[in-house]
Amino acid sequence: MPTTVTAHGNDAATRLKELADATASDSALRRFLHGLPGVDAVGLEARAASLGTRSIKTTAKAYAIDLAISMIDLTTLEGADTPGKVRALAAKAVNPDPTDRTAPRTAAVCVYPDMVATAKAVLAGTDVKVASVATAFPAGRAALPVKLADTRDAIEAGADEIDMVIDRGAFLAGRYMDVLEEIRAVKAECGDKARLKVIFETGELSTYDNIRRASWIGMLAGADFIKTSTGKVAVNATPANTLLMLEAVRDFRALTGVQVGVKPAGGIRTTKDAIKFLVLVNETVGEEWLDNTWFRFGASSLLNDLLMQRQKLSTGRYSGPDYVTVD
Amino acid sequence: MADMANKAFAYAPAPESRAVVDIAPSYGLFIDGEFAEATGGKVFKTISPSTEEVLSEVAQGSAEDVDRAVKAARKAFEKWSALPGAERAKYLFRIARIIQERSRELAVLETLDNGKPIKETRDADLPLVAAHFFYYAGWADKLDHAGYGANPRPLGVAGQVIPWNFPLLMLAWKIAPALATGNTVVLKPAETTPLSALFFADICRQAGLPKGVVNIVTGDGTTGAALVAHEGVNKVAFTGSTAVGKAIARTVAGTDKKLTLELGGKGANIVFDDAPIDQAVEGIVQGIFFNQGQVCCAGSRLLVQESIQDELLDSLKRRLSTLRLGDPLDKNTDIGAINSAEQLARITELADSGEAEGAERWAPACELPENGFWFRPTLFTGVTQAHRIAREEIFGPVLSVLTFRTPGEAVAKANNSQYGLSAGIWTEKGSRMLAVASKLRAGVIWANTFNKFDPTSPFGGFKESGFGREGGRHGLEAYLDV
Repeated sequence: MPTTVTAHGNDAATRLKELADATASDSALRRFLHGLPGVDAVGLEARAASLGTRSIKTTAKAYAIDLAISMIDLTTLEGADTPGKVRALAAKAVNPDPTDRTAPRTAAVCVYPDMVATAKAVLAGTDVKVASVATAFPAGRAALPVKLADTRDAIEAGADEIDMVIDRGAFLAGRYMDVLEEIRAVKAECGDKARLKVIFETGELSTYDNIRRASWIGMLAGADFIKTSTGKVAVNATPANTLLMLEAVRDFRALTGVQVGVKPAGGIRTTKDAIKFLVLVNETVGEEWLDNTWFRFGASSLLNDLLMQRQKLSTGRYSGPDYVTVD
Repeated sequence: MADMANKAFAYAPAPESRAVVDIAPSYGLFIDGEFAEATGGKVFKTISPSTEEVLSEVAQGSAEDVDRAVKAARKAFEKWSALPGAERAKYLFRIARIIQERSRELAVLETLDNGKPIKETRDADLPLVAAHFFYYAGWADKLDHAGYGANPRPLGVAGQVIPWNFPLLMLAWKIAPALATGNTVVLKPAETTPLSALFFADICRQAGLPKGVVNIVTGDGTTGAALVAHEGVNKVAFTGSTAVGKAIARTVAGTDKKLTLELGGKGANIVFDDAPIDQAVEGIVQGIFFNQGQVCCAGSRLLVQESIQDELLDSLKRRLSTLRLGDPLDKNTDIGAINSAEQLARITELADSGEAEGAERWAPACELPENGFWFRPTLFTGVTQAHRIAREEIFGPVLSVLTFRTPGEAVAKANNSQYGLSAGIWTEKGSRMLAVASKLRAGVIWANTFNKFDPTSPFGGFKESGFGREGGRHGLEAYLDV
């Protein structure tokens, strides 16, 4: 049983076997997670802030803006969501800028399970995916059969991607195996029909050590994506927690060869912010993660700011909020 | 719009504008509030180390010039030292604010003359320079409460000689405490980086500082030697190489001059197996590649616990491959130019000795610009305590990696050096951090960080790294008759 696994250069097959051992029992999993290297909060935040000072201009900025648009999971997750609202959002995902059809499409539209069919109808025939939150989003406080039914419901309605929440209560109580098994069960429900994004709600996990452990639980359980937050709590995606999760997927791939995506969600509203996240991706995991198969933004208002900046770059002047659509 | 077909996220050039700084074709010496030519009219050129372009011509101060400067400082001392501390503080606060207002201009100037990246001058040097003046401005009217009894007296005229690695910051470390305590100064900046000190002279005028309180005499080593030996100087403060420091100590011996020396180092950065690995990698990079490793307190010896050596080195090499070397004025540059051809030759010679003595050399693939002085970020593995690169200060972007097995061995190897300026400890275990720190013979010990500076924190060395402290309350003592 290894005490630390950060993973470079050693014999991958042995390590994979060790990973299977790591999830063999509750106590083995606990030992594995607690053996991961600690995170120095000051150092992590300093590194994220330092990458935030990169100056992305002209052609690099144009590239980053289009890339960011193509990585958005355009999201509406409100009690007040209606078919009309969802149809409008889906239409925007396909044609983000009505004045410029060269603007890339967003990666997906993200809705509640009961809105999946509505979104799917608009998006049929396009490459824009339908993502659905499930598993009693956002709190995750329901019994497993209910969560699985929620997931099945979304997939049957046509969801291409499932954004599940982990059981933070179980995590904080130290019942790591329960968290892992629940993710596995949802993953089994997704099968090969939907990619699974696992939301940790980093704001509730509170510490960076917890975020690293949760990342490993998610990856060991078979997550296709690890995702910061629901957007429903006070602290959502930050450069530091996203950097930490990028380090986790980097180490996991070095160890297993398996690539896992990352999705920061909530609180990313401006082009400037989005570019900072792309710099984190570029300088932490590199260009293999620089497309929407492996990196997403969970956001809604971000898209309009990206479009305004895009118009500014192509026309040389600022357009203003009346030149992008309100959906 | 951008072509998105499988293209790497290449950053477009993002140069800081040179237009914000106006460098005159020539500069005189700043003595008694006026710029004047050197006696004999000798000049030397200062160049930009990243392009070898000549930036300006600067006066070569002679012994007579030093004499004039010391006399001007002596004359100014009477009134300056008699001013109430609160009045001296006003000037220092004013200087600090002007530095903040002109920080962009000074950052570009420093980058041009020194070769370090604008990212560093903008985010490290200039904020620290201003912070240092603010900090000591605060002390000027509180000297009665500094722990040296009531009304501690200044020494008189301070002769200060500073190095080229942090030209303006070392000026601030020297001038701010000297003025706060009521001394007047004659400062000689390094031969290769005189410009920011001359701009500082202009800031003194802008702040209305009385004539003669600050004098700047540019020149080479002979100018510095004349200043240190001048009998009108009451206090000598030097930052630079250990060899020159020893010569200065010999000069000053037997006189009543007070002396502080901040000299070389061979800092050990100790990484235990329970370290926060990703942050330790950042700390190692910050420790040895900040300012191209031209830092006296650089973490130039990496002591890594043998059990995690492979894993740590893989991470470190991957990280080094992302460093961006090139135009120091580009805001995305991480590694700038080496300060001079002479320094580059020294780094090259020592690195070659590492290879010749059997250590394994590694550097990431990166293109070096055609002109200017450049050295790839380099690391050596398989280094032992016997290698020159483990013992001598390289003062460049070269990291020597050694291993240890136990905390006791780590401490023994860290302390096994003629120097004792800095050290770093990386562990998530607080008790180990404290236990190891208490055994290290180094003036500055960082835990889970490296190369962090703050004006409130004293800085200085053990052994051949020098004596006396700069910064914090301790930094006052060097300029007070106590």
